[in-house]
Amino acid sequence: MNWGDWSWMMPEGFSTFTAEVDSLYYLILWITGVTFFATEALLIYFIVRYRHKEGRKATYDHGSTKMEVVWTAIPLLILIGLGALSKGAWDRMKIDVPAGAMEIIVTAKQFEWNATYPGPDGALGTADDFDVLNQIHAPVDQPVWIHLRAEDVLHSLFLPEMRVKQDAVPGRDIPVWFEAMATGDYTIGCAELCGIGHTTMNGTLTIHSAADFQAWASARAEQRPQPQP
Amino acid sequence: MGKALDAGGHHDHHEIPWIRQYIFATDHKMIAKQFMFVSLFFLVVGGALAGMMRWQLGFPSQPMPGGMILPDAMMAPTPNGAIMLPEFYNSLVTMHGTIMIFFAIMPLLVGLFGNLLIPLQIGAEDMAFPRLNMVSFWLAVPAGILMLASFGVEGGAAGAGWTSYAPLSTSGEWTGVYLGQQLWLASLTILGFSSLVGSVNYISTVINMRAPGMTWFRMPLATWSLFVTAVLILLAIPILAGALIMLLFDQTIGTGFFRPEVGGEPLLWQHLFWFFGHPEVYILILPAMGITSEVLANRARKPIFGYHSMVLAIVGIGFLGWIVWGHHMFQSGMNPLLGTSFMISTMAIAVPSAIKVFNWLATLWKADIHLDVPMLHALAFVSMFIIGGLSGIFMANTPVDIYIHDTYFIVAHIHYVLFGGSLFAIFAGITFWFPKMFGRMMNEPLGKVHFVLTLIFYNLVFFPMHNLGLRGMMRRIYDFTQYEFLAPLQPMNQFITVFAFLLIATQVLFVINFFWSIFKGEKASENPWDSNTLEWTVPSPPPHGNFAEMPMVYRGPYEYSSPESDTDFLPQTTPPGGGSSGVPEPTPTPEGVEA
Amino acid sequence: MTPTTADRAPMAGMKVYNLKLGMWVFLLSEVMFFTGLIGAYIILRFAHPEAFAEPGVVLNVPLTAFNTFVLICSSVTMVKAFAAIEQGDQQGLQKWLLATILLGAFFVGVQIVEYTILTGEGFVPMAESYHAIARGAAEGSAVIGGPLYGATFYTMTGFHGTHVSIGVLCLCFTLWRARKGAYTAGSLGGVEIMGLYWHFVDLVWILLFTIVYLI
Repeated sequence: MNWGDWSWMMPEGFSTFTAEVDSLYYLILWITGVTFFATEALLIYFIVRYRHKEGRKATYDHGSTKMEVVWTAIPLLILIGLGALSKGAWDRMKIDVPAGAMEIIVTAKQFEWNATYPGPDGALGTADDFDVLNQIHAPVDQPVWIHLRAEDVLHSLFLPEMRVKQDAVPGRDIPVWFEAMATGDYTIGCAELCGIGHTTMNGTLTIHSAADFQAWASARAEQRPQPQP
Repeated sequence: MGKALDAGGHHDHHEIPWIRQYIFATDHKMIAKQFMFVSLFFLVVGGALAGMMRWQLGFPSQPMPGGMILPDAMMAPTPNGAIMLPEFYNSLVTMHGTIMIFFAIMPLLVGLFGNLLIPLQIGAEDMAFPRLNMVSFWLAVPAGILMLASFGVEGGAAGAGWTSYAPLSTSGEWTGVYLGQQLWLASLTILGFSSLVGSVNYISTVINMRAPGMTWFRMPLATWSLFVTAVLILLAIPILAGALIMLLFDQTIGTGFFRPEVGGEPLLWQHLFWFFGHPEVYILILPAMGITSEVLANRARKPIFGYHSMVLAIVGIGFLGWIVWGHHMFQSGMNPLLGTSFMISTMAIAVPSAIKVFNWLATLWKADIHLDVPMLHALAFVSMFIIGGLSGIFMANTPVDIYIHDTYFIVAHIHYVLFGGSLFAIFAGITFWFPKMFGRMMNEPLGKVHFVLTLIFYNLVFFPMHNLGLRGMMRRIYDFTQYEFLAPLQPMNQFITVFAFLLIATQVLFVINFFWSIFKGEKASENPWDSNTLEWTVPSPPPHGNFAEMPMVYRGPYEYSSPESDTDFLPQTTPPGGGSSGVPEPTPTPEGVEA
Repeated sequence: MTPTTADRAPMAGMKVYNLKLGMWVFLLSEVMFFTGLIGAYIILRFAHPEAFAEPGVVLNVPLTAFNTFVLICSSVTMVKAFAAIEQGDQQGLQKWLLATILLGAFFVGVQIVEYTILTGEGFVPMAESYHAIARGAAEGSAVIGGPLYGATFYTMTGFHGTHVSIGVLCLCFTLWRARKGAYTAGSLGGVEIMGLYWHFVDLVWILLFTIVYLI
């Protein structure tokens, strides 16, 4: 095993969500890490310190209400606090799609991702829309609002570098949004078992600069096959 | 039922024909053993499925050793050997989960320990409904056969995951599996009925059959946890049964409950499934907690710390378990406003688990710890449950869950709870109560070797999976090297696979120890662990009818190292003042006397 | 004296005998089973109101109302049977058990007739008949969702009907035992738990009738 792969760090992220998700992750890592080492150390210490020896008799002790109240209250407060702390991030990521976002449709089906762009008129659902298969293109530093749909079974749009994951459900239009902070090629994956070809259902997310994206979009709009009469 | 039993048992033994004694048995101890043998067999099957899965993950699309003996529907033959097909991999994922949860861990905890311990620990001669108990076992057997048979049918075994999310599971059109999925549904429905019948029995027995003086708060924690588990089964399984039947109708006669193409609701399946499924998680861990409490207090020779709060924690988990199901569905498309409520309720349910861990630790404080095999496993349970519990906090946190949901982080978490937790507790329980079941002790040195190797290999297999998840590796994925960003994880996956094989091989030691000890183990006395609870006041193994006379209970189950006693234990049946030469109490009254 | 299941003294305060306790516990799980089915119905109906017909459009409410009355009567006769054996009245027990059986069987019979008529009209739970036209509705004006409406209707009423049928069989068994004199005023557990089950099934039907036929 290449231990160089081992890390408790989150892999690098490139969206505006990264800071929030990763900082919550590290906060939990600290809390659980300290708890883990404290409890396991105590466990091992007790096992060694109080192991059976000839003539030893255990203390006859049924417990202490005071101590139990303390170790009930502390985890309760920490955990509820953690929950309250996370609400803002969750709402931002899943509920509050920012105004001015570029809207596209991503439709999942066995075993491909189909991204639909509005075309020159800037509106989705019109005749000049165009599709790209297994690719999502988006401009940097601008929110992208994906209308996530599915045609057949459940899929899950996973953009690890963007800290995005959302199941696609047939019959529903689920809003997903992110804002990339750096140009480059990233991963699109399917995180929900969707059948025999689940493993092949991947693609590329390309983040362009604003100018490059415009150029790409107009080039693609022209290549678009003529609509059927 | 109702026939007077000679408690000495000597003439009963001659009267019960062989088939009623060993096959269609109504004696709770025999049914417990039947459940044990069958579910240990399924544990082996589930392990073999996991081994094949690990091969594919460690050595993606390379010929699997021995793969040639499997049919072409599972493996693609090549000149160099047979390569696993993705549809078979999906079946492995599904069946490993299903078999381990429903046919191995659950019947071991509930079928084996529920049957063995409940009547013995409360001082009853058998279950409230012995014949119903037999029905419970003999429903589980055909369910298991159907489940195994599905591997052999056209299209192979079910391949939509153990959660069988709709609409993938609603039609063979999506998975290529037709009959296999239907057998899966039918088998689990039958098994559900078996569990239901069993839990009606357990609940009635605990409420109605306790010996005089066995008040609720004198019940051992194992019985308490099994009682609450039975209540959870009673209320959760019917929900699953309903959902399974609806899905079966969708599959076979074309109804549309979960099929969006005709207007149904795929998320309805998830809600129903997890409304059952989250209580199920506690069904799989509560008895393990109970077993651990027994073994820990006994081998530490110390009263369990905070008995009452342990009971309250069990009951609390039993209640809270009903309001957290949505935390399995944060990314499902469920209204995200619900996400926060489910996050908070999930955080709240972590608290009773924390209480239990702290109480176990405090039990060890100033104790007299005997590190024999059951104790080692119980300590491993506590230690591994800490990891599993803490890793759960990551996914309970909704924003972090967005990233780790459906990755190997989840796989690591569930195995820390189900293997590191439940299975270690099962090993603790089997080794602890083996003398009561078979009248012989298990081999101690061999048991220790098995324990040490299992603990090491287990952690080498499952701990790195946290890391795989953190790197973004999805679960249930046939060939992760298809993803460029996951390809560097190949060495780590290979590492895990190698130790998974070693972990599986180590279990042979347990099997050898188990069978060797049944026949050749050192003879066990009535009470080899100097325990207080009622099952250790009867011969090993106990005769039909268990108790020669109605036991009278005078105190709680964990009076270890009590100053009242000359030894370091004080059985529940010892009358006040009977433990030592100390001042004798006035007339012993069995009922209502608080310890 | 050695302990046996039958004659052991239970804990103080445990006044309920095993059989009755077991039936209560079992009925709790039955409550959850029907809760799951009814819950699924409510969710689907709220999500897709267009797939469900207005009350009385597809289903024959008067017929089923009469059938509901029959089932309620059977609960009354069941109470009479229990009251009879409490007085040690063997003849009364058998008479009222028989009445309960007949009423229960009649209920199942009417349900079979209802199913036959409905399926004959094309109201079936299969996907193919998704656009089955309701009785009295003009072509194309009402879309009655077979896969949702039909599926939930037949699943709920079907499982209830199965419960009634099983109940009738158990009642026959009880009657057979009664004829052999198995029950007395001091030993009537079998009749009592039969009654518990029967009243439960009756209660479920009143609920189902309300939400499936009337609302």
